[in-house]
Amino acid sequence: MNREFYSKLIFELSRPGRRGYSLPSNGLGTAVNLPDNLSRDTALDLPQVDEPTVVRHYNNMSTNNFGVDTGFYPLGSCTMKYNPKINEEMASHRGFKSMHPATPAVASQGSLMLYYTLQWMLSEIGGMAEFTLNPFAGAHGELTGLMVIRAYHNSRGDVKRTKVIVPDSAHGTNPASAAVAGLEIVEVKSRPDGTVDVDDLRPLLDDTVAAVMMTNPNTLGIFEKNIPEIASLVHDAGALLYYDGANLNPMLGVARPGDMGFDVMHINLHKTFSTPHGGGGPGSGPVGVRAGLEQFLPNPRVVRRPDGSFDLVSSPDALGRVSATLGNFAVAARALSYILSLGQEGTMMAGTLATLNANYIKESLKDVYKLPIEGVCKHEFVFDGLADKSTGVTTLNVAKRLLDHGYHAPTIYFPLLFHESLMIEPTETESLDTIDEFIAVMRDIAREASETPDVVKTAPHNTPIGHPDDTEAALHPVTTFDQLSTTKD
Amino acid sequence: MSQIYYAPTHEYIVVDGNVGTIGITDYAQHALGNVVYVDMPEVDDEVEAGQDFGAIESVKAASDLISPVTGTVIEVNDALADNPRLVNQDPMANWIIKVEIADPTELDNLLDEEAYKAICK
Repeated sequence: MNREFYSKLIFELSRPGRRGYSLPSNGLGTAVNLPDNLSRDTALDLPQVDEPTVVRHYNNMSTNNFGVDTGFYPLGSCTMKYNPKINEEMASHRGFKSMHPATPAVASQGSLMLYYTLQWMLSEIGGMAEFTLNPFAGAHGELTGLMVIRAYHNSRGDVKRTKVIVPDSAHGTNPASAAVAGLEIVEVKSRPDGTVDVDDLRPLLDDTVAAVMMTNPNTLGIFEKNIPEIASLVHDAGALLYYDGANLNPMLGVARPGDMGFDVMHINLHKTFSTPHGGGGPGSGPVGVRAGLEQFLPNPRVVRRPDGSFDLVSSPDALGRVSATLGNFAVAARALSYILSLGQEGTMMAGTLATLNANYIKESLKDVYKLPIEGVCKHEFVFDGLADKSTGVTTLNVAKRLLDHGYHAPTIYFPLLFHESLMIEPTETESLDTIDEFIAVMRDIAREASETPDVVKTAPHNTPIGHPDDTEAALHPVTTFDQLSTTKD
Repeated sequence: MSQIYYAPTHEYIVVDGNVGTIGITDYAQHALGNVVYVDMPEVDDEVEAGQDFGAIESVKAASDLISPVTGTVIEVNDALADNPRLVNQDPMANWIIKVEIADPTELDNLLDEEAYKAICK
């Protein structure tokens, strides 16, 4: 990139009186006279700019982005994998795009068929009986799944189950969703190899436990091998086993949560099924259930009538509605496009290649970065910082130095099981050349950390913004243009 | 004569009579990195041994503060509200809360300096 960094703010471009529209005078004056207590008494401080200035400003801003379309991104499916462009084309089809959300079933057969087909394919992939695509995001899916579980217990008159057991390595959304669902969170410990300690779990299980939430492979990328034993313990206690689909990527077409004994699961379409979710959305968190729990799924459900037509139905046993419409439909369209373009064989390859790529990087770097848990990982793995920590170079420094080489920084300081966590997830879409280049850069940084540690500690050096004071930024954040003007003075 | 005890969750408590001064250890502040926020209880709040009484947030992570003993908060270190970085500078001098200890026998469940140093290795 040999272009100067564009760092202007729209407020800096503002000039009094400039505007990007010109409307004829309507001669009617102000249409509404608001009461004094509802009217502003100060002018609204909006930028005053003409149209070309606005267009250039945002176009220039957009070129500052780093994304999976501009470079390698070791955050993997955890954040977002590559989004094939054909998915965009499918989701932009006029028939889908122009559909009003309240169109009756009889006039939206094509859209309902898409919904039904995707929920059926997800059920096949997850080993579940039925999916709802209505939840708007992963955490919304978790909440919906827990509400399904509560509806199930309540339907049996089993109302004293108020606890959810969550592993200490879980994503923060698990305890958060349980809390929003009004449930109490109980933590179960990990063993040194990062998997759930069955001996710690056993005494926690009683008739007050509604569910146990697990991620498999877990947040360290380690496959939980004791699931059948855990599932039988959980079921013996009358609780249900919940599968957090955050790490479904390596399991695609290889293993199914339903076959392992999970009762309820959610999938993040924007992770595993390659739909975009930049800027906080739209996401999609479909929830699947095993046979016998379908009637508790949120209303409405899409069903196929014996004559082959599709319809919307509501169940009185359902937990209610979690969305006004059938979820983020365009995201579902992209996910179906992804599954259909991969096909069964391709879907199986995705999980396998993601696992191979992660293991290849792990084995190529474990002599210079500390690998706390040996053995085969799944789609991701965690280093505990550099192997040689004598020069005081931290994981944060390594991540910042990666920016100098044109890579997005990986997830750092998560999971909390290690002090210097550095998580790498390459996904299946990266070529061997890209992965080898990344390994070479990571090795260079490790060498620099030993030989010239100051270069790493003061990184990044090649980015438009250097090494900001993150403590000061957290303590005294500058969030408005007014504050910025004051700071500059 | 005061005595110091440690919790495996990296809080210390300096006991002087029935007053306990609670903070986080030097090991803990080092592991957390630069502290940017300390969430503290108020005077007269009850704290319970093994339960959280607040939280501490650094540029790396947020952690619960776990009370080593049961008791009543008698003083809160307000200086940390304006300048949480004091915890990094000297975690012993910059304690977080002082409590009136309800049950001194709970101190027997805590670690002495040697045992605490051993778990930090």
